[in-house]
Amino acid sequence: MGSAEMCRDLAPEIDRLLRASNSYIKKKAALCAVHIVRKVHELGELFAPAARSLLTEKNHGVLHGAVVLITELCERNPEALERFRKTVPDLVQIMKGLVISGYSPEHDVAGISDPFLQVRILRLLRILGRHSETASDAMNDLLAQVATNTDSTKTVGNAVLYETVLTVLDIKSESGLRVLAVNILGRFLLNNDRNIRYIAMMSLQKIVGTDHNAVQRHRGTIVDCLKDHDASVKRRALELSLALVSASNIRSMMKELLLFLSSCPPELRAQTASGIFNAAERYAPSQRWHIDTILHVLTTAGGDVRDETVPNLIQLITNTSELHCYTVHKLYRALLTDISQQPLVQVACWCIGEYGDLLLKGECQETEPAQVTEDDVLDSLETVLQSHMSAPATRGFALTATMKLSTRITDNVDRIRSIVSIYGSCIDVELQQRAVEYNALFKKYDHMRAAVLERMPVIEKNSLGQTNGESAVEAIKAVQPATVKQGEPPLPLQPANQVCDLLDLLGGSEEPLQPSSVQSGTASGLPINNSSTAGGDLLDLLGGFEPTPAAPAPAVTVYEKDGVNLTLLCEKHSDSGLTVTLTASNSNDSDISSFTLQAAVPKSVQLHMKAPSGDFLPARGAAKVTQMVVLNNPNKVNLKMRVRISYTSQGSACQDTVQIDSFPGL
Amino acid sequence: MRFLLLFSRQGKMRLQKWFMPLTEREKKKVMRDMMMLVLARPPRSSNFLQWRDLKIVYKRYASLYFCAALEEHDNELLALEVLHRYVELLDKYFGNVCELDIIFNFEKAYFILDEFLMGGEVLETSKIAVGVSMEEADTLQEQTMEEYMSKPAY
Repeated sequence: MGSAEMCRDLAPEIDRLLRASNSYIKKKAALCAVHIVRKVHELGELFAPAARSLLTEKNHGVLHGAVVLITELCERNPEALERFRKTVPDLVQIMKGLVISGYSPEHDVAGISDPFLQVRILRLLRILGRHSETASDAMNDLLAQVATNTDSTKTVGNAVLYETVLTVLDIKSESGLRVLAVNILGRFLLNNDRNIRYIAMMSLQKIVGTDHNAVQRHRGTIVDCLKDHDASVKRRALELSLALVSASNIRSMMKELLLFLSSCPPELRAQTASGIFNAAERYAPSQRWHIDTILHVLTTAGGDVRDETVPNLIQLITNTSELHCYTVHKLYRALLTDISQQPLVQVACWCIGEYGDLLLKGECQETEPAQVTEDDVLDSLETVLQSHMSAPATRGFALTATMKLSTRITDNVDRIRSIVSIYGSCIDVELQQRAVEYNALFKKYDHMRAAVLERMPVIEKNSLGQTNGESAVEAIKAVQPATVKQGEPPLPLQPANQVCDLLDLLGGSEEPLQPSSVQSGTASGLPINNSSTAGGDLLDLLGGFEPTPAAPAPAVTVYEKDGVNLTLLCEKHSDSGLTVTLTASNSNDSDISSFTLQAAVPKSVQLHMKAPSGDFLPARGAAKVTQMVVLNNPNKVNLKMRVRISYTSQGSACQDTVQIDSFPGL
Repeated sequence: MRFLLLFSRQGKMRLQKWFMPLTEREKKKVMRDMMMLVLARPPRSSNFLQWRDLKIVYKRYASLYFCAALEEHDNELLALEVLHRYVELLDKYFGNVCELDIIFNFEKAYFILDEFLMGGEVLETSKIAVGVSMEEADTLQEQTMEEYMSKPAY
């Protein structure tokens, strides 16, 4: 109640009362002092000596107050803690007295003498013994005695045991005592009383980090608690189960967790789902099991999973190429049964789009193949497109999948064309844009269609946060395989520039030369644009893909050093536009990896670097890396280009720069 | 302990003891939240809840719910004992206490609570001592009343 000023004023008065003769006054004064210390920490010093002397009191009320006061002082002030460590023997004495003493009607509760005081003393001992070997040693016997002798049939006994267990686990106790404590917790877990089980699980949660093996022994009971009717118990059991999952028990634990997911209360669903994903990711015994588990979660609790699940799952699927057939079959079946779970539908659509041909082939090793016709597949995709349960993103997935199938199937291409053209006038702008673009693919760029819609390569994980959530970007990426792989050259300038440029990739904006904010003194002052922007939208990309003219100008070697050879080939494709092809080869005896090129041009010239064919140069010229650079020189300035070459050879990173002043063929 | 509340099954507050400073609005909000949480619990669930950063311990005695809020480091099982001890004290004092006793003699109930708990901590662990204090207080009250009654009125 009192304010800080009141506390300050009254503190000396309270101190005086602490030494009064009347125990009634003393006990009240003690708790008053507790409150004062809580409000105004500095006054703790004032009460320390009085508190010490109060420990010798006989009256339990006063003793209790004194213990509380000392606890407060020690919690707030490390020096006080040091000083009061000396009182440990006294406290142990008092405690022993309480435990061993005969029946005292005044303080007895169900056979335990003054449990309130016992618990407070145990708590104080915990604080005093926490980081001190000597203090902990002094308490060991006492704690063992309390742990074994306390009657645990009633709540009150369990309260004391609980406090004892907490103390044992917190101080530097010997291992035998710790085992005893964990066993007590295990006994609690088996207790019929829900409260006790709840308490036990909370305590086990605290120690699962340190005494993992001990807690593992009780895994069975904990998993059983998942089936308890009580919501609080379920929550604790879930947290503890997730903490106990390990490589050895993953299969059985997952079975239990999945069972729990289907019957758990809605507020715990999201937590369970993400817990299952984490566990599956860390300990999955096989790829197929992993995929199965994720699919199971999506079917039961699809609405509660996080957004990153879909891209993660897709990435996982692309990585397990041997299971593509199996995966697509399973997903197709899932799609037939239920299209309400959005993440599942999205993944299913994507897979059918990618691997539809495997589905139609009708043979599969891992699971029973379904006799599916092209019409069936298109039917299911159309159902998704038209269903009012589908979210806009899902419909985007379905549309793109339909489009991809146009290259995978043979008979019903017309049907696909009609679907796509219908959506060209859809209300949803996103869908409309896609449909229009795909329509254009059919009409003007039919020769491009196969290339654009071919199989996606394996996607790198965590590629600067650029997941393939955007289906349109996926199509672009199909042509520019993992541009992000280039993103890690060991050069200082690159990171921020890359991120900005790649973010623009998603936004689809034109990327003229941009002075990077992380420029660290390039002497020439030519802004470096090393971006691998796709530039603009799909159509623009297709524009850039004009087949190069058949008449090649001779390739000129522009750089030759340390076995790395770089040649240049130029073609004019318009009045101010020029395509430069850089070819690199390696004549060393050792392989070169992480080979990247960056280019800079004068200010008025626009530069687009296309994705290189790779970054690995095997030894002795076994293969080459080519990279196309499209230049646009509207002001017809004198064209120069500075190229920076960086690569790793024999474990060391190398870098070099070459300036190209003349372009043959210009 | 942060606060101690007593309320009936119908949602009527019988006793409230606050061990931390709160405004009236906050108190009302807390009381509403507590009643909502506790009254919604199915009959055989555990007596512990988590609410904001506090542990709530509740126990039902006949038609009354005793609800206490504890901090992180407090012992929940002991709190159950505290609630039980309080009920025993009330029982001893009123003799077979029922809700009506608390309704009509709420000031006595508060006295007993103040003798037992102070500042959120247990003040007196002995049942007899609390009983003795109550008797003294009652005697004092009666004496004062007698004196007052015996004075002639003007």
